Amino acid sequence: MINIEINGKQLEVPKGSTVMDAAKQLGIYIPHFCYHKKLSIAANCRMCLVQIEKAPKPLPACATPATEGMKIFTHSDQAVLAQKGVMEFLLINHPLDCPICDQGGECQLQDLAVGYGESASRYQEAKRVVTNKNLGPLISTDMTRCIHCTRCVRFGQEIAGIMELGMSGRGEHSEILSFVGKTVDSELSGNVIDLCPVGALVSKPFRYSARTWELSRRKSISPHCGLGSNLVVQVKQNRVMRVLPRENEEINECWLSDKDRFSYEGLNSEDRLTRPMIKKNDQWIVCDWQEALLFVVQNLKVCIDKFGRKAIGALGSPHSTLEELYLLQKLVRALGSNNIDHRLRQSDFRLDSYQQGVPWLGMPIAEVPNLKSILIIGSTLRKDHPLLALRVRQAVKNGAQLNIVNLADDDLLTKVAQRAIVAPSELVRTLARILKAVIEYRYVESTDKIKEALAKVNVTDTTKAIANNLLSNQPTGIFLGNLSQHHPDYSEIHLLAQEIAKVTGAKLGILGESANSVGAYVAGAIPNRNLGGLTSNREESGLNALQMLSSETALACKAYILMNLEPEYDTYDPQSALERIKEAEFVVSLSSYKGNITDYADVILPIAPFTETSGTFINTEGRVQSFNGVVSSLGEARPAWKVLRVLANLQELEGFDYETSEQVCTELLSDYGNVTDHLNNAVNEFTVNLNEASLNSIERIGEVNIYQSDPIVRRAASLQLTHDAHYPRAVISSSLMEKLGLKVGDKIKIKQGIGECQLEVEQNESIPDNCIRIASAFNQTATLGGMFEKVSVERL
Amino acid sequence: MERIKHFFKSFLLFELLKGMKVTGRYLFAPKITINYPEEKTPQSPRFRGLHALRRYPNGEERCIACKLCEAVCPAMAITIESEQREDGTRRTTRYDIDMIKCIFCGFCEEACPVDAIVETRVLEYHGEIRGDLTYTKEMLLAVGDRYEQQIAKDREVEARYR
Repeated sequence: MINIEINGKQLEVPKGSTVMDAAKQLGIYIPHFCYHKKLSIAANCRMCLVQIEKAPKPLPACATPATEGMKIFTHSDQAVLAQKGVMEFLLINHPLDCPICDQGGECQLQDLAVGYGESASRYQEAKRVVTNKNLGPLISTDMTRCIHCTRCVRFGQEIAGIMELGMSGRGEHSEILSFVGKTVDSELSGNVIDLCPVGALVSKPFRYSARTWELSRRKSISPHCGLGSNLVVQVKQNRVMRVLPRENEEINECWLSDKDRFSYEGLNSEDRLTRPMIKKNDQWIVCDWQEALLFVVQNLKVCIDKFGRKAIGALGSPHSTLEELYLLQKLVRALGSNNIDHRLRQSDFRLDSYQQGVPWLGMPIAEVPNLKSILIIGSTLRKDHPLLALRVRQAVKNGAQLNIVNLADDDLLTKVAQRAIVAPSELVRTLARILKAVIEYRYVESTDKIKEALAKVNVTDTTKAIANNLLSNQPTGIFLGNLSQHHPDYSEIHLLAQEIAKVTGAKLGILGESANSVGAYVAGAIPNRNLGGLTSNREESGLNALQMLSSETALACKAYILMNLEPEYDTYDPQSALERIKEAEFVVSLSSYKGNITDYADVILPIAPFTETSGTFINTEGRVQSFNGVVSSLGEARPAWKVLRVLANLQELEGFDYETSEQVCTELLSDYGNVTDHLNNAVNEFTVNLNEASLNSIERIGEVNIYQSDPIVRRAASLQLTHDAHYPRAVISSSLMEKLGLKVGDKIKIKQGIGECQLEVEQNESIPDNCIRIASAFNQTATLGGMFEKVSVERL
Repeated sequence: MERIKHFFKSFLLFELLKGMKVTGRYLFAPKITINYPEEKTPQSPRFRGLHALRRYPNGEERCIACKLCEAVCPAMAITIESEQREDGTRRTTRYDIDMIKCIFCGFCEEACPVDAIVETRVLEYHGEIRGDLTYTKEMLLAVGDRYEQQIAKDREVEARYR
């Protein structure tokens, strides 16, 4: 610790801290542009010049380390004169277009110009003009306004992991550019809008639609990835105008992924439902709530009378709130059925009855950067959990060894120590190799079951290296991504990962797919638990999502209640899901969007998306986050918890007299106790059968596209224009292309089950041989079957 | 003495004559009554009457939807909605002034960075049904087109004081 003095105030700061840090500690504001707490120090704007005793010239506070006995004056005559001088230089080339600048009202340059600028400019010469750049559909540019603080450049290099913007030229010719002909495609690109202290980089979807002072700021929680990023939703006249991050060091820091930031466009989509609709005599009729709900009650009763109570099944999206899922399962269970599930894209439920608790991340999100070795199994991490990928990059920067076992070699934009890229059918075997390697390294005595399972497995160099990395760098984290969770051998993957974690002393984490993946377990929206998800219930376990929607018609339900999902996009096997749902006697769909619901439902009940209802999400680290609605419901759409409550009331079911969503949440959590006590990834069972892979068939890798993952994102117009959301292609490696006699750009017909689709071929060596990567949840690929099943390819 | 004075005054209607003196004076003084609407009082170039939206000489509307007038309006009489026009410029899609709310303070005029919203010398306008006095963008532009010459002249005169 060293002693310094700022503006006459004594202060003790840790060694190595800068004058800016010290001033912040005292709450003294030093004007600045290029300095940002999360970015490296550039000291190129010179706005933070301060006077330091014995220094002949003013020094930049952000780059000057504090030394013992230093006396600093932040607002002395010399400091203010220097700051005013810098401001005059900054304003030389800055255009006077504040009235049409979207940054106006929240602009650092504007604010500081009021404090340090002169009322008129002395500069008479020509101002420079910089051409605007096309940075893609999300960021709009006015480069003449740029003051070259390089925050956006440093963000790309240090946080997003990819330098998509850079500065070229010197002096007056310096410009911020992207690579020639390239746009900014990072999944975190929207953050440069917040970082830009002037209006050079602004939001394209928001452009010119409102001024900052018109917008009210309301707190909310993101409904997309499992992190539950904290949001500020900005609202004007009952319409969501834009979304900004709300700082929370433990979850999203001050960042936000593009999915969270720009998905709000989907809330104002044309496709929103505003009135309940019922199908009578094959005709869709718009009706009032009373009629629609009575229609539901009547038809459910008919179904129960005709086919029994077990014929009712409910599927809720894990993007729904805790209250909605709780009431959905309560309703279904009150009707006498345990057929309720939220794991719509999971395809392997063999572990259900052995689960010890609610699957979760295994550690707080903020602890991920402290790991020294990481093993990520089956995950499109950057696309599914962009902000977790950021934490992983931080960990690697802190010296962690990153190991990957994945189905495709996606660039994580960081240094990967070891990677094993394998076909879906080889994933389990690869994990078994790693397990064998760690057991051999550690000389641990394993159970007979494990010995038996690993008997036929040979350790390879890569798996050996991964094992070595995990053992020699502690603490360790092993994470199962979305691809693992959707994988048809998820049980084996989970069990092997658990054993690897046991031997290496690692923490095992399951990356929550959706905002409320943990919450859905807590709410009891799973078939093998009792009301409220508290006790497991093996005997009377209902049907899980796969059984309800599988091609085995014997198990299918006769009446479906669908909440917040579109079965053609949100299920593991859309083919059979749609078929089962279309065959059903009666289908109720609670949805915010019309989509293709009219094809299969009998009643459409319009429900409010997350901005229009109060609710709770429990994120992947088990953090309970409640939020309020930020706008009132569109048209006659109503919060789903209210709809479910009235639906239960009309059926005269007991215990549904809730006035507020808080009551629902309190009821659930008071019975449930502390959520963190229930979080547990352990499974008390080990049966692993290593199947011989069949080499002849082509396997599909059907990951969910980043901007197709839930109904709101699918309707976010600008996100759909991004590079990540482009038209789905059949991505294959060159060896398979040769084998099939294909060229890049060829059109091929892909057949799976009873469906087929036509796609263009794209070559990518990051895909294992004999695999074809076809993203699911696209309109074009919704005709296909299971996400990791075999496909046949035909050249057109 | 006072009593005698009082006696004669009340008796000779002195007070009445005193009052009539004022009447007489105004009877012969020059008249200031204006025969509105045939005659009108002179107006200052700073007169704050009906609002108008101006155009540039090339016909392009001046307003850039910065919404400073909306923000400064103490009566909250102005409602603006904006968008990016096809040519990429920032423009209003809606510009309403509720003349019933307006207090004619002239702040909107002062706030405008491009002299788009101005107050003209027009004070004779009326509405017959509810909503008549909500002036839309088209109406305001029409007022501007109609009185542009006068508006421009007034701005020129006032330029040196601004």
